[in-house]
Amino acid sequence: MQPDDVRRALTRIAHEILERDKGAADVVLVGIADRGDDLARRLAEEVRRIEGPEVPVGVLDITFYRDDIGMRADAPEVHETRIPFDVSGKVVVLVDDVLFTGRTIRSAMDALMDLGRPRKIQLAVLVDRGHRELPIRADFVGKNVPTGRADDVRVLVAELDGEDAVVVEGAR
Amino acid sequence: MNEHLLSMHDLSATDVTRILDTAESFREVGTRVIKKVPALRGRTVVNFFLENSTRTRISFELAAKRLSADVINFSAGGSSVAKGESLKDTALTLQAMGADAIVIRHSSSGSPLQLTRWVDAHVLNAGDGTHEHPTQGLLDLYTMREKLGRLEGLRVGIVGDVLHSRVARSLSFGLVKMGAEVTLVGPPTLIPPDVSAWGVQVSYDIEGVLPKLDVCYVLRVQRERQRLEYFPSVREYARLFGITRDRVALMPEGGLIMHPGPMNRGVEIDSDVADLPRSVIEEQVTNGIAVRMALLFLLLGGAKGEVA
Repeated sequence: MQPDDVRRALTRIAHEILERDKGAADVVLVGIADRGDDLARRLAEEVRRIEGPEVPVGVLDITFYRDDIGMRADAPEVHETRIPFDVSGKVVVLVDDVLFTGRTIRSAMDALMDLGRPRKIQLAVLVDRGHRELPIRADFVGKNVPTGRADDVRVLVAELDGEDAVVVEGAR
Repeated sequence: MNEHLLSMHDLSATDVTRILDTAESFREVGTRVIKKVPALRGRTVVNFFLENSTRTRISFELAAKRLSADVINFSAGGSSVAKGESLKDTALTLQAMGADAIVIRHSSSGSPLQLTRWVDAHVLNAGDGTHEHPTQGLLDLYTMREKLGRLEGLRVGIVGDVLHSRVARSLSFGLVKMGAEVTLVGPPTLIPPDVSAWGVQVSYDIEGVLPKLDVCYVLRVQRERQRLEYFPSVREYARLFGITRDRVALMPEGGLIMHPGPMNRGVEIDSDVADLPRSVIEEQVTNGIAVRMALLFLLLGGAKGEVA
């Protein structure tokens, strides 16, 4: 995906969120660090442009909720969690860059539940690459990308990587 | 990171920064309604305390519990140690019960290192004799960085019984490693003879040093460790080195007062000084939990020599 494709996908997802949730009244966006939080901020900007209201944006780090701790050589890198609002009673849209096995989303839902009791949790991803290991699906998808299990899918965002793009590299 | 946390000496400046950054994430967990994350579910942490301690043990216990680890507290009184079991046999027993980490406090310097030779578990030093108390040093660094925004170039005075203080050693080594300027202040009898190797300055004049300090770190007068008389009387010590309100007034605006606790109010620190807004003694305690969570997570969060 090129920068324009990413922008169009995010605009469409913003429209879909507003349509599905009938406006942005109870909607909050929570991006999964890193990159998911950048995408969440951009979605919030799109929603504001389309309908006007300011949608709260939070960042969630799921490191402490992973199910592979102790299976990796080194302790994983920890990012910041900053959710400056109460998620109870809200429609929480989780935002991530790539949906793959679904394990990250499982962790994120556990983490969210520890912060309160959302009325609904929805999932928005820029890329769905398949190969789920858990019964999880996205509510809003930028693009479905068929991949091999061992392929490397990377989403680049301007905030961190200097440009927007989705890159698929085949397994060597 | 190393496999164990035995001393501040073993850590590089990069390690220290990583520990403090990780602790920052755990500070956030401490502000939640549910102050618990499942990161170390199924791991067992043993608190093996062979010397009296309340705050360090409770802090480690809370840290491990907030990470969802199982915690076992084991102290000298009423245990097999009181029946004459050797340190080695006790350690092997803990090992046989499947401890993933052992937090040890012991009155003999070097016992945590000795422990690493007998067990496979990660060993964390929670204070050994007059050697080191690295988790206290790290939580102090965390508190200074949080309050003053940096460690490099900070001017820190460590006041009091440096000779018997493992806290002073860990903190000095840590501060020097991170580029701070350390001045030890106290009666000459309580300044260690080997201090020239520490990379710190020494002064015997508290009032001359205070105007140049960003942090005044007050050590406890450890009467239980003094086999000889190192100063004539507690009253004289309080008069010459006690941190009073008049002396605090000599410090620059915004300078911090810190103390590792427990305090002897009226001896090394005046009661009303301990309660000033610039005294961050309670914050030190709160930060201690986050720093210990970070250490347990960084040590136990990776695989130990097995799967990559």
